[in-house]
Amino acid sequence: MKNIFKIAIVSIAIVSLISCQEDTKPNYQYMPNMYESVGYETYGQYEIFDNVTGGSEAMLPAEGSVARGWMPYEIENNNDGYAFAKANLVNPLPYSEESVAEGKELYEIYCGICHGTKGDGQGTLAKREKILGIPAYNDAGRAITEGSIYHVMYYGINSMGSYASQMTEDELWMVDHYVMSLKDKLDGKEARAFDVVEAVVEAELHTEEEHHDAGGHGVEGDAGENHGAEH
Amino acid sequence: MIQVNRRNSFSRIITLCAAFLLTLSTSLFSQIDASTGDAEAGKSLFNTNCAACHKLYKNMTGPSLFGVVQKYEEDYEWLGKWIRNSTALIATGDARANAIFEEYNQTAMNTFEGLSDADISNILAYTNEEPPVIIDEGPGDDSTVEPGVSNNIILAILGLVLLLLVAVLFLVNNTLKKFAQAQGIEIAEEETGKSIWKAFVENQFLVLVSVIFLLLGSAYFAYGWMSQVGVDQGYAPVQPIHYSHRIHAGDNQIECKYCHSSARVSKTSGIPSLNICMNCHKSISEVAGREAGDNSSVNEDYSKEFYDKEIQKLYKAVGWDEATQSYTGETQAVEWVRIHNLPDFAYFNHSQHVSVAGIECQKCHGPVEEMEIMEQFAPLTMGWCINCHRETNVNLEGNEYYEKIHEQLSKKYGVEKLTAAQMGGLECGKCHY
Repeated sequence: MKNIFKIAIVSIAIVSLISCQEDTKPNYQYMPNMYESVGYETYGQYEIFDNVTGGSEAMLPAEGSVARGWMPYEIENNNDGYAFAKANLVNPLPYSEESVAEGKELYEIYCGICHGTKGDGQGTLAKREKILGIPAYNDAGRAITEGSIYHVMYYGINSMGSYASQMTEDELWMVDHYVMSLKDKLDGKEARAFDVVEAVVEAELHTEEEHHDAGGHGVEGDAGENHGAEH
Repeated sequence: MIQVNRRNSFSRIITLCAAFLLTLSTSLFSQIDASTGDAEAGKSLFNTNCAACHKLYKNMTGPSLFGVVQKYEEDYEWLGKWIRNSTALIATGDARANAIFEEYNQTAMNTFEGLSDADISNILAYTNEEPPVIIDEGPGDDSTVEPGVSNNIILAILGLVLLLLVAVLFLVNNTLKKFAQAQGIEIAEEETGKSIWKAFVENQFLVLVSVIFLLLGSAYFAYGWMSQVGVDQGYAPVQPIHYSHRIHAGDNQIECKYCHSSARVSKTSGIPSLNICMNCHKSISEVAGREAGDNSSVNEDYSKEFYDKEIQKLYKAVGWDEATQSYTGETQAVEWVRIHNLPDFAYFNHSQHVSVAGIECQKCHGPVEEMEIMEQFAPLTMGWCINCHRETNVNLEGNEYYEKIHEQLSKKYGVEKLTAAQMGGLECGKCHY
């Protein structure tokens, strides 16, 4: 009788131990100082920042700082700025196969969800009636241009937000190229021919690479890195 | 005479016809009238052309449009001009047009020259539609709540019955024993029980074997218990805002990298800042309820009211005033609880896995698009990392960086495709330094 009683107590204790392992709390760690960084971890909470951000390591950049991969964009976010960008701003990137392909990839992540993969305003969110009234790129009233696309992606317009925090300047311009190609397609125009400039640069690079090979340079393929820097 | 008469009547008919046609055509021309419009057709026109900036019953980028005809005293001519080209109307110095332009922060409305009078009539007819009366969802809610409650009740009743049974058996046993004692009957069971235990203790071989099994068993459990220390698989903390990956990534098929954009280019995948939420939630201030059918994401456990409250939390944190459709500038930090956290001594880079290797997010994070509450799917242990490095081939497509080394190493190992491990993915220094 006593034995049964003891067994019952032990089993209840075990069951309660197991069931107390909550999913809402992290597991305990063995020697936590091996796990926890001395440096500030991304999004970490630290006392030292209490007076700055309320403790969070994540904070806004210092005022006036220019993000890597960006140049200051001087056109203002108003109707005049929009009209100016629409008329004058030109895509600095060559219209090459690579930049359009990369633009397509980015477009399908960031834009296609509303504007549709064809640019007809029939993205998933539009079809599911979550966000309405998304125009097709060939909308006559808007008559978008390279410059106006960039301006709108940079600042956002009306219900559309800014995409400058998700992409770099170059990436925005690549998407710009792709949007223009979609617009041409919607208009039934012929696809724009890729610029030749890029091909020449490529050819030069390749001959350079061959020189490197002849010189017997490193295994890791530093020519590849050169290539990356060239873009 | 007769001929002349005829000619006369003929020309008269022609002029009459022309006059009639002319009046008809003019009456067709500048006639926008909401009462002749078709609200159904207007709805689809409204959704494609106007809904980007206007809602019927709420201000958005532009004013709410319900009752706009009455607001402007059925001045259809003016409305038509405004809708087709408001900028031109403002430029003429029209007082009413300029007042609206100023009221809505000088936001220029797009031109809609392509809309016919009939189109505009249809749209205006649609703007006259009364807001749908929200039907009391009482019975619907009850039916959803009931099964949960009754299940709990049934379980509680079952538990009670079991407890009662145990108590009854215990009491019966006791009373029977008392009867036995009272009638002087001895219970012989005890002795036989004792003899079994004694026999066991006396048999040394049996004791040895059972001790070995006991030790092996406890070692097995101890090992299992110790190897889960520091492993947070299944960790699903309560977040400050209930964000449903099921709705966003599953139902609405938003790309992971839309919000976690730095996973493409940086070490950390990044918790999206609230401006990214507002990219969509500027227009989406509430969740579609059950009436939306397939487009609705609410279910029994999570109601529309519940989700709407969470969106309000977002608005509060980001300082968005719904009434004026502008930012107040009063923001609060949302303190998300980090789920996936590698120990300090292990280096992991998202961009290398996402952009270079092209691995699906789901490979490590599991079926996130089905998770209502985000949880850690993988154990994130070293064995788990290494296993994948052994099995996964290096993605070489369009990556000149790897070409040469791949050529050399594949010759060395005599394989066509290198795994990550063969490229050095098992070297200690790659992740621990």
